[in-house]
Amino acid sequence: MAADSIQQAIEAVYQSESRRVLATLIRLLGDFDHAEEALHDAFRAALEQWPRDGVPSNPRAWLVSAGRFKAIDAARRRKRFDSLDEVGEKAEVGVWDTAAWADEESLEDDQLRLIFTCCHPALAADAQAALTLREVCGLTTEEIANAFLTPPPTLAQRIVRAKGKIRDARIPYEVPARADLPERLDAVLRVIYLVFNEGYAASSGERVTRHDLSAEAIRLGRLLVDLLPEPEAQGLLALMLLHDSRRAARASATGEVVLLEDQDRSLWNRDQIAEGSRLVRQALSSGRGGPYAIQAAIAAVHAEAPAAAETDWSEIVGLYDVLMGMMPSPVIELNRAVAVAMRDGPEAGLAIIDRILARGELREYRLAHAARAEFCRRLGRTSEARASFERALALTKQEPERRLIGRRLAELSR
Amino acid sequence: MKYLCLVYMEKDKLHAVPDSECLACGNGFRERGLLVAAEALQPVETATTVRVRNGKVTMTDGPFAETKEQLAGFYLVDARDLNEALQIAAKIPPAREGSVEVRPVRELTP
Repeated sequence: MAADSIQQAIEAVYQSESRRVLATLIRLLGDFDHAEEALHDAFRAALEQWPRDGVPSNPRAWLVSAGRFKAIDAARRRKRFDSLDEVGEKAEVGVWDTAAWADEESLEDDQLRLIFTCCHPALAADAQAALTLREVCGLTTEEIANAFLTPPPTLAQRIVRAKGKIRDARIPYEVPARADLPERLDAVLRVIYLVFNEGYAASSGERVTRHDLSAEAIRLGRLLVDLLPEPEAQGLLALMLLHDSRRAARASATGEVVLLEDQDRSLWNRDQIAEGSRLVRQALSSGRGGPYAIQAAIAAVHAEAPAAAETDWSEIVGLYDVLMGMMPSPVIELNRAVAVAMRDGPEAGLAIIDRILARGELREYRLAHAARAEFCRRLGRTSEARASFERALALTKQEPERRLIGRRLAELSR
Repeated sequence: MKYLCLVYMEKDKLHAVPDSECLACGNGFRERGLLVAAEALQPVETATTVRVRNGKVTMTDGPFAETKEQLAGFYLVDARDLNEALQIAAKIPPAREGSVEVRPVRELTP
């Protein structure tokens, strides 16, 4: 093979295998930092040897073996300075016995182990997302820092601290037992959804969306569904796909927000809608669908309506009722109020929102005031609409959203 | 690996959990081979802080920091990993009134 095609082959293997190799090396070496070092050493060895000997038939096993040998070398070197080194011993045990670590099942499990460890609830919430993007997705610290609008040193410190806690407090590298799985899976899903939302509805700044993060979250969701086809994992993947399917229609060419009802539905991604709808049906037919599956079902009803006016609002209100039963929250109640308004008229929706606000909830939530303003506008209660839009504007940090509310306010004066 | 589970309680809740319940909890851990030591502490008003600076011993009344919750007791446990230590901590009765901080023990190097 020509030198540059070998180079390309190695790059392709890096893309497809490096995270899996890392996941296995962490298990074998028992330490994140040693495993990362071993991973780099293994690829350096591949760059030297593959052009000469050809690409091995099982590159992943080759890389794990090479990484392991390099780790033993490194541990021996360290041993001269430090007599207490568990890593060397751990790596040496069964180094020749590939059957002990290379079977397909334990390799698949390694990726799950890595995900569950990065999303361990004993780690700080912001560290969980950063660590997952770093270790599971292979993003660089700079990429993650940019995506979260965090200074790189702060983010690097977060990751170092999380890895230190995993090591020093001995957070085990394992897939949780059946009994703990639902709760631990929730934590993983929460991290993936946080990453998706950070990309989909950037909480501050100029742009409406940051696609890279959403794409990573979808990739993570897909990996999780492959490894662990639980209904809620399917539900979350469906939810992300269905939201993401509207990406091209959500913002105008000039970066302005386009609301769902005004979106050009021909811009929606039909492949993502088909995949999302299929996953929703799968998740719900299991009878164990939870909040993610129900929210995905709501998104699917929107996605399948040929035009905004043809949306099945009764179905959506019904799904919100189910969701309220699963996890009552004022935000869900607000969304339900919007659906009720669409089904029964703005007066019905306004009554629900005013009840929520009267309870003292959502008073600082911009969307509650924006929805209230919208209902008042439709009812011709212009001064009330203006006051609510102004309240919403004061609570909004994202630039395109501020401009949208500004336009709505200007329209009221006409 | 050893973990120290530090029990923190607000002053007026120090007796919210009956002693008998805490004793039973400790005995349960001991029978399962999980417990190294456990004690409850007198209230923070009885504490004295000792410092040695330039070879000179100074003592002050009470603890260094003013916080709402005070150290009320501890369980030193021997667990497989953090997951097991957290499971144990969740079973400590005062966890439902105050909080339990779980700290891995650092083995001193000779």
